[in-house]
Amino acid sequence: MEYVKKGVIESSDVLLKPDSYRSSSRKKASILTVLAAVLIAVICISVTVGRYSVPLSEMMHILWGKLFGATPAWSLSVETVLLHVRIPRIIKALLVGGALAVSGAAYQGLFKNPMVSPDILGVSSGAGFGASLAILFSFGTIGIQLAAFGFGLGAVILTFFISAIIGRGKSSILVLVLTGMVISTLFASFTSMTKYLADTENKLPDITYWLMGSLARSTSLKDIIILLVPVLVGSIPLFLIRWKLNVLSFGEEEAQALGINTTSLRLLVIGCATLLTASAISVSGMVGWIGLIIPHAARLIAGPNYKMLLPTSILIGSAFLLLVDDIARSAFAVEIPLSILTSLIGAPFFLYLLLQGRKAWI
Amino acid sequence: MKLEIKNVSCGYGSKVVLSGVSMEVNSGEILSLLGPNGVGKTTLFKTMLGFLKLIDGEILLDGQDVRSWSRKKLAGAIGYVPQAHTPPFPFSVIDVVLMGRVAHLGALSSPSGKDVKIADESLDSLGISYLRDRIYTEISGGERQMVLIARALTQKPDILVMDEPTSNLDFGNQIKVLKQVNRLAERGLGIVMTTHFPNHAFQCPGKVVLLQRNNRFVYGEADEVVTENHLRAAYGIDVVIKDIMLPGGNAVRSCVPLIN
Repeated sequence: MEYVKKGVIESSDVLLKPDSYRSSSRKKASILTVLAAVLIAVICISVTVGRYSVPLSEMMHILWGKLFGATPAWSLSVETVLLHVRIPRIIKALLVGGALAVSGAAYQGLFKNPMVSPDILGVSSGAGFGASLAILFSFGTIGIQLAAFGFGLGAVILTFFISAIIGRGKSSILVLVLTGMVISTLFASFTSMTKYLADTENKLPDITYWLMGSLARSTSLKDIIILLVPVLVGSIPLFLIRWKLNVLSFGEEEAQALGINTTSLRLLVIGCATLLTASAISVSGMVGWIGLIIPHAARLIAGPNYKMLLPTSILIGSAFLLLVDDIARSAFAVEIPLSILTSLIGAPFFLYLLLQGRKAWI
Repeated sequence: MKLEIKNVSCGYGSKVVLSGVSMEVNSGEILSLLGPNGVGKTTLFKTMLGFLKLIDGEILLDGQDVRSWSRKKLAGAIGYVPQAHTPPFPFSVIDVVLMGRVAHLGALSSPSGKDVKIADESLDSLGISYLRDRIYTEISGGERQMVLIARALTQKPDILVMDEPTSNLDFGNQIKVLKQVNRLAERGLGIVMTTHFPNHAFQCPGKVVLLQRNNRFVYGEADEVVTENHLRAAYGIDVVIKDIMLPGGNAVRSCVPLIN
């Protein structure tokens, strides 16, 4: 019997233990180092590419000069491109990509399902409707952003309360997901309605373009701060409790028996992940696939333990969206909407994961 | 430690499934819960673990009502071994066992080297250290059941509640798990386990609750409860219970169901 045979090598295994523990933490550190290096490389590439190609050396020169107040010996137009367009856009891509990846990873643990993406409770369709409505009423950029954010949060709150009523106070995961599907469908049809009402010359293309996702819109510093605050508020708590997400993925009853107050932990995770998704979508529009596939890629590289999975997801998510955005803004004369590219790259990657046949990782 | 179930009524919402159930288990004792499908074993079980609200009666740990206890405090006293199942993510065995430390960690902390040591000791004590770095979703059902027991031990509880620890296991693995149950009781843990096999009550000697239909139950020592008459009343089948003499001179009691 398997059991008995393996029992023989047990004692030597015991001796190996401390070493294997240390080597695994070294491996973890090196994974994060490599990914961080990749991210930095992608950032450097992103600064240089675009309609104005700026060599890395010139960028360093300008940054150095700006920081230490040297007299400008460079072209002012290049400075404007860098400081007011390219670098803010890079920061936005990093924040949006990281936020979507983290909330996707957290949701997959919470719902015990690797097929879950962050919009499962209706946040994207809510945000989509908010933005469409704001465009229909000719709001400015900030107005559109706030409407998307508000409606995104509102849709999830609606899902949460309706599922609590259906479950009579004891909301189960299944009821939550089903209610989320209903709310998503409702808001999607509201969005269609606004598109139907929108004037076809200006507003309809605007709405359509918003829904396809882009980081080209506004790139002011104020914009970044509006994004940065909710991203930090959402991701710091998730980061602090990330180890407990492991326990949550074993199901509600087991988590309770292991000593976790699942009701409050679940509320915290949904709250933070929703905040992250809503704030990301409100600046970028709909960017699909990242919340679904980046956690998979991270799991493939670093394993399923959330202690490692969350930081890995952030690094990969940021690098991925930045790279996709580079392609979006520099591959053709016109900008390509982000969701087209994330799907074009994401779908084959997902197929590749399936073809790998590693059931365990998927 | 002593776990007392006093006059408990339990069920889902306001629908009562079982009422007036009383039993107790002390450190070092085994209490087996027997009964046909749908009679309320799981309901009683879930109530004991606090998954379901108590409708009436009391659950006491060393005389203290557990209703006011936090999840964390309860988890420090009662460990739960669910039926072996497959989680959605391929955690390593040591990661799964480490989850038993949640109840002992602060709200924002994760396991330290000390916790890893405790988890390793649990694996060691069950003789499954060789599984440590394997993938939990890739090992056999019997091995998974052992890992879940190790996780519950890592929790350092006084009482262990096991939900059909032998279900879905092959003949040999069933006995291996039961052997461990006996060893754990010898080490001083109080054990409550549900089972579908009356023989398990003889193999893990202790007290037995036999739940019958229509809210009747028999509670007492295994020899008094697991009798031909009681089993017929509970399951509606004929059984023969006989002592089988072993070569060493000891006898083992066994229950044989009759088909014709």
